[in-house]
Amino acid sequence: MKAPRFSYVRADSVDHALKLLDEHGEDGRILAGGQSLMPTLNMRLSQPDVLIDINRLDDLKGISFDGDTVRIGALTRHVEVLKSDIVKEHLPLIAEAMPHVAHVAVRNRGTIGGSVALSDPAAEMPACILALGATLVLQSVNGTREVAADDYFKGLYETERRDNELLTEIRIPSQKSGRVSVFLELARRHGDFAIAGVCAYGTVSGRKIDDMRLVYFASEDRPVVGANAIAALNGKEWSDETKDAVCAALENDLDPMANLHGSAAMKMHLQKVLTGRAIDAAVARAGGAS
Amino acid sequence: MSEETATLTLTVNGEQVTRTVRVRQNLVDFLREELGFTGSHVGCEHGICGACSVRMDGTVVRGCLTLAVQCEGAEIVTIEGLTDTGEIADLQDRFVERNAMQCGFCTPGMLMTAAELLAQKEEMDRAEIREFMSGNYCRCTGYHAIIDAIESVNNARLKG
Repeated sequence: MKAPRFSYVRADSVDHALKLLDEHGEDGRILAGGQSLMPTLNMRLSQPDVLIDINRLDDLKGISFDGDTVRIGALTRHVEVLKSDIVKEHLPLIAEAMPHVAHVAVRNRGTIGGSVALSDPAAEMPACILALGATLVLQSVNGTREVAADDYFKGLYETERRDNELLTEIRIPSQKSGRVSVFLELARRHGDFAIAGVCAYGTVSGRKIDDMRLVYFASEDRPVVGANAIAALNGKEWSDETKDAVCAALENDLDPMANLHGSAAMKMHLQKVLTGRAIDAAVARAGGAS
Repeated sequence: MSEETATLTLTVNGEQVTRTVRVRQNLVDFLREELGFTGSHVGCEHGICGACSVRMDGTVVRGCLTLAVQCEGAEIVTIEGLTDTGEIADLQDRFVERNAMQCGFCTPGMLMTAAELLAQKEEMDRAEIREFMSGNYCRCTGYHAIIDAIESVNNARLKG
């Protein structure tokens, strides 16, 4: 259980990191918090030639709000997101999700950018930023481009990021007044990998649901928008009948992967249960009778 | 590929040290094998068990998920250093009184994490303490005595 041999380079600027990435391509690997990369090295599941350590790049750290969008530097550690007043006020979905991200010592090192760049299917942050309609900033020696979260997640650990690109910032629209968000996750032990999870973000007036977005994680190969479930939900009054219709529609959105945590059928069942609970909670939070 | 090494200088338990390390060596192996601080234990080596918890620049981290070479200029405190400063002497006494360990393998990691909890100086109920400590496995005690010890010290400090 020791890491294989590799070369190590400490990037001293973003430009330096981009040059190294461009030079090494898929043989180079960015070392941010290392909380997912290091286990895969120790277990020899990955064997990069070069680790490019970006931990000293303070330009990539920090959280700011410009009145409309929250910008989170990719190297911002989970603990900083968890404790951020900006996040609490303007991104309550992420504030609710963050305590589910691993454990204290891992949150002290792990970064939001690392989580999104890796795109583990059971990870919370990819699902949250997809639900909130975030934009990802990717930099390379060729320039900077912005990619919508909707276009970013491609498959199992596969994203729109190219081998020579560095995720530098995540721009997340703040939660608009009148909107409500709910984050729910099931795990064997608090902080462990999720078995099933959902983010709900939309408008609730009384019991009427509008513009609700449902994003599922931990059951698919990547975070997935429940398009059919959403179509069955929006414009409707929340009731047992609506819940049944949404859960039936969800069968067409999800194709759960079985793993150690459960069978595909069990995961589908749990996602339906979480969907019902999430909208119940959204209605309650919006002040409607539940 | 030949084995790449790097020379680093850091502070461990208040003393500055300079060593040449293999770049793939993780922090807990460095502390144990190069410096002899064997209080930090190597358990799962993939970030699950918490036995290797040490303090890096003021916060608790997994010693198995950080490379030694990343610690250039860092301040590392292990259970040996934490014991010497007396920062958690009350907690250690309480662990003994409450029998909050059996084999002792997880204990240094438990104490390192609990030290961060106590440093927050916040009122915490048992559920919150359990959540804070949830990244540290103990396979002997069933956790109850550990939570008892941490809870009573946290409460005593807040009153004191």
